[in-house]
Amino acid sequence: MTVDIDKSDGPADTPPAGPEAIKAIPVRHYGRYVTAVIALALLGGIVYAFSQGKINWGAIPDYFFNDRILSGVGKTLLLTVLSMAIGIVGGIVLAVMRLSKNPVTSSIAWFYIWFFRGTPVLVQLIVWFNLGLVFEYINLGPFYKDEWSDFMTPFLTALLGLGLNEAAYMAEICRAGLLAVDEGQTEAAHALGMSHAKTLRRIVIPQAMRVIVPPTGNEVINMLKTTSLVSVVQYSELLRVAQDIGQTSGAPAEMLFLAAAWYLLLTSIFSVGQYYLERYYARGSSRSLPATPFQKIRANLLSLSNRSSAGGNA
Amino acid sequence: MTAMVKAEGVHKSFGLVEVLKGIDLEVKSGEVFCLIGPSGSGKSTFLRCINHLEKINAGRLYVDGELVGYRQKGDKLYELKDSEVALKRRDIGMVFQRFNLFPHMTALENVMEAPVQVKGASRNQAKERAKELLDRVGLADKAGNYPSQLSGGQQQRVAIARALAMDPKLMLFDEPTSALDPELVGDVLDVMRDLAESGMTMVVVTHEMGFAREVGDSLVFMDGGVVVESGNPRDVLTNPQHERTQAFLSKVL
Repeated sequence: MTVDIDKSDGPADTPPAGPEAIKAIPVRHYGRYVTAVIALALLGGIVYAFSQGKINWGAIPDYFFNDRILSGVGKTLLLTVLSMAIGIVGGIVLAVMRLSKNPVTSSIAWFYIWFFRGTPVLVQLIVWFNLGLVFEYINLGPFYKDEWSDFMTPFLTALLGLGLNEAAYMAEICRAGLLAVDEGQTEAAHALGMSHAKTLRRIVIPQAMRVIVPPTGNEVINMLKTTSLVSVVQYSELLRVAQDIGQTSGAPAEMLFLAAAWYLLLTSIFSVGQYYLERYYARGSSRSLPATPFQKIRANLLSLSNRSSAGGNA
Repeated sequence: MTAMVKAEGVHKSFGLVEVLKGIDLEVKSGEVFCLIGPSGSGKSTFLRCINHLEKINAGRLYVDGELVGYRQKGDKLYELKDSEVALKRRDIGMVFQRFNLFPHMTALENVMEAPVQVKGASRNQAKERAKELLDRVGLADKAGNYPSQLSGGQQQRVAIARALAMDPKLMLFDEPTSALDPELVGDVLDVMRDLAESGMTMVVVTHEMGFAREVGDSLVFMDGGVVVESGNPRDVLTNPQHERTQAFLSKVL
């Protein structure tokens, strides 16, 4: 009944311009202030402890752009890129093999994935390094012939160990991506007269990429960090160089912090690249793409300046 | 008139379930042929057999006088290679219930894709033709939109344009309006009516009895994997002879 009365009175009182914006006192969340203060205090304590420790922080900037460190960074990056290249190509091949109708190829792919995913990558690296016990010589007929220990350099050991292991993980990621594409897409492409290969290349893979790219980005970042394991096969990448310098210069802990800073820097750069790649493959999948960080910052600055100017007026 | 599609005792099973139990029918060139019937009657499966998305288990199926999926030499049948099947599918357009537009391409790119990739048409040529076709289905202004930015009815009209881009001699429609909001059905049916008037041979699986009555030249009522009744749509729909047809029509009309 009251509703009816309100309805009859409403239009006469309120102007047709629209409803008045609500101005209310917001609820105060005192608990949040307390937890924020506690968290900040703990953080401050940790920072203070580190600053007072027996760590010569000055050594880090001194060595940050050291030639040996930079060459270690370069080798870490090279190993990451090449291992991921082997992993991605191998992964696609294995995924297609696993999904193929041929029982032999699908079983081989299954076995490969079972083996390389089921053993630790550190163990695989050491096994590759010591494979000279099984194969004394490598003989590729007229093309190449050498002793195994000469052929299997630390770099090749690292590359094969990391790349072949990664292929097993990438295979599962690619397979999930291919399976995620609706079967109607394949049917529509076939109905238009497209071949299997063309359907895969033009229709299925571009859509599968949306599912494949985010976990692959994680794999790249993981790979960057996993390359530190290859210091065990005598390959002088970032961590190994940092440890070597640490031992000779008498600042071992400082050099580990330096290596950590470099890893953090590199993974941050990769994350940005991943973000834009995801955006590219998301086209058509959502009605409007989310804003890039730059767009977000600009929007925030704009709203901030608007608010402050409004505050100035009040 | 010659037969565009001819089925002789077509059987199809999925595992132990026999979906088509001997279909005999003939679609004449230039006619609109409607297939109606309850869900699970096998009408969609039969449609998918016509462009070999499903393999038939027995009988013979001809499109434009040629056997679908096989080559006959003497009394032996040879399975066609995938590439040969693909070659035949170029001439048969298909429109799906769930549209199946390529979501990573704009409407224009969807229509251009097959002419460029399958027929090797130049991009410019294909683009001009695609624009014409989008205009024909009333979506000239949506060329740059991705499927997710279009309504169901608009998506289905793009799908029709995409099929027409291959200049097919036969169009298959698999319940083209079943996934649409009622208010959007009319636009799609208008495009199909227009297409029928241009003389396209169309096989339409549908629940739109009004469309079948107005536009259809022949109509078949299927139930349980067999053709129960066939004839002129106006006769069958207004005066069904068979008991099962009567029961079905009393529920849907």
